[in-house]
Amino acid sequence: MKAKTPSKLEKMLAAGHMAVTSECGPPRGSDPEVIIKKADMIKDHVDAINITDNQTSVTRMCSLAACIRLKLMGLEPVLQMVTRDRNRIALQSDILGAASFDIFNILCLSGDHQSFGDCPTGQNVHDIDSMQLIQTVRHMRDEGKFLGGDDISRPPQMFVGAAANPFADPFEIRVPRLAKKISAGVEFIQTQCIYDIDKFELWIKMAGDRGLLDKVYILAGVTPFKSAGMARYMKNRVPGIEVPDEMVKRMADTPKEKQPEEGIKICIETIQRLKEVEGVHGFHVMAIEWEDKVPEIVEKSGLYPRPGSA
Amino acid sequence: MIVADKKPIEEIIEEIKEHEKILILGCNECVTVCEAGGKKEVGVLASALRMYFLNQGRNVTIDEVTLERQCDHEYLEEIRDRMDQYDAVVSIACGVGVQFMAEKYHDTPVYPGVNTCFLGVTEKRGLWTERCQACGQCILASTGGICPVSRCAKRLLNGPCGGSVRGSCEINKDIDCAWQLIIDRLKALDRLDDYEKICALKDWSFDRAGGPRKVVREDVQE
Repeated sequence: MKAKTPSKLEKMLAAGHMAVTSECGPPRGSDPEVIIKKADMIKDHVDAINITDNQTSVTRMCSLAACIRLKLMGLEPVLQMVTRDRNRIALQSDILGAASFDIFNILCLSGDHQSFGDCPTGQNVHDIDSMQLIQTVRHMRDEGKFLGGDDISRPPQMFVGAAANPFADPFEIRVPRLAKKISAGVEFIQTQCIYDIDKFELWIKMAGDRGLLDKVYILAGVTPFKSAGMARYMKNRVPGIEVPDEMVKRMADTPKEKQPEEGIKICIETIQRLKEVEGVHGFHVMAIEWEDKVPEIVEKSGLYPRPGSA
Repeated sequence: MIVADKKPIEEIIEEIKEHEKILILGCNECVTVCEAGGKKEVGVLASALRMYFLNQGRNVTIDEVTLERQCDHEYLEEIRDRMDQYDAVVSIACGVGVQFMAEKYHDTPVYPGVNTCFLGVTEKRGLWTERCQACGQCILASTGGICPVSRCAKRLLNGPCGGSVRGSCEINKDIDCAWQLIIDRLKALDRLDDYEKICALKDWSFDRAGGPRKVVREDVQE
């Protein structure tokens, strides 16, 4: 696939390199240092940094402002944008705002339900959904037009991504759903955290059987466990995440003080196995409030140094 | 039907405590079926209020009437002769009835006695569930007869989201995932291929986004 935008992430993937992305959650306050510090920890080890958009519906500094902060640092942000909080006017407006700062990557999401967050009594918007947001960004970029049909002066040039969850129910539509996102115009996918590697491999094989792997770059999502408690929580409490019993056991059988190390080890083993899987074009390392571990994970997975870096 | 639920008695008392001649007005339609605002509930509420005022040592008149409907002029007119006897009405019809009463009897305060909840069905006695949000542009033809606007917590037109777990919605395991239901239904209809048709951006101007709505049918107007 040929790069269509100035996105470094897209160029990296188009050149056939394994890409590495990671993410930073913005702070629950206005201190820019939080983003700067997190970004500094990981910037030499990743090609692009996602900024989450009020993840788990907890109110935080906005994704766009934090992405601009990354741009000011000379880094490559991936603007995460959820359809929960903005109607089609606000979404298009924020896309243009991001484009004005030459933010070249966007991840189109529907967003967690607000009942999980700090404003459970709030309204949600969902004027459009993630599928339609993909279409919207592609329309703005490729046609140079607003949804209303008017021309956009200096249209956004964004590499368009979305999430995919190979594990959520119903499993039988997980590949059709990927196909649907591809026909909506998605160009890269960052998956939900992968622990059940067999199931992931089945999903990607089914995607391959349908000829989808030439049409989209798939970045496999990984999240290291900090503790056995976290492994159990991810297994039992987080909708749409599957953790095999033996992985929980492996964490639980490790002495408490060694558990963080074991979690990192599992994460590295996962990456190493997935590197060999056809259709995996890179990794999205989501070290939740554990950004300082990203360099170690990337290095030990054999993904360092990053191509093109000094 | 329009499904409503009773308001707590304390809230109703707070609304009407200054009044002395009160009409409790029920409706014989939807709210009767969902056991929130029919003749039986008028009786129960009236008794509870009489008891309350008696305990307060106050002489308050509480009368009971249940109309065939509160959303049509002709039925609301049936009480015109007696309306001067009351200084307040508690309507336990849906919000439509409360408002139509208030429009019609302009100088009488009308208080709501129920919370109007949704358009739904009786799954069984004591269990009513939502089916429709009256969005004004029905898409059920493309979703196997199951509505994601009213039944998906994120009203995703191209769902499901990643939070669908064993047929349940991520926000509550007692809520069915609408998209699981849609997929099961498309499968039963041998139409699963339709899942991959992208549902276009919805025109919400027929929903409340377009402002208060009207249906005008000149062909049936007199």
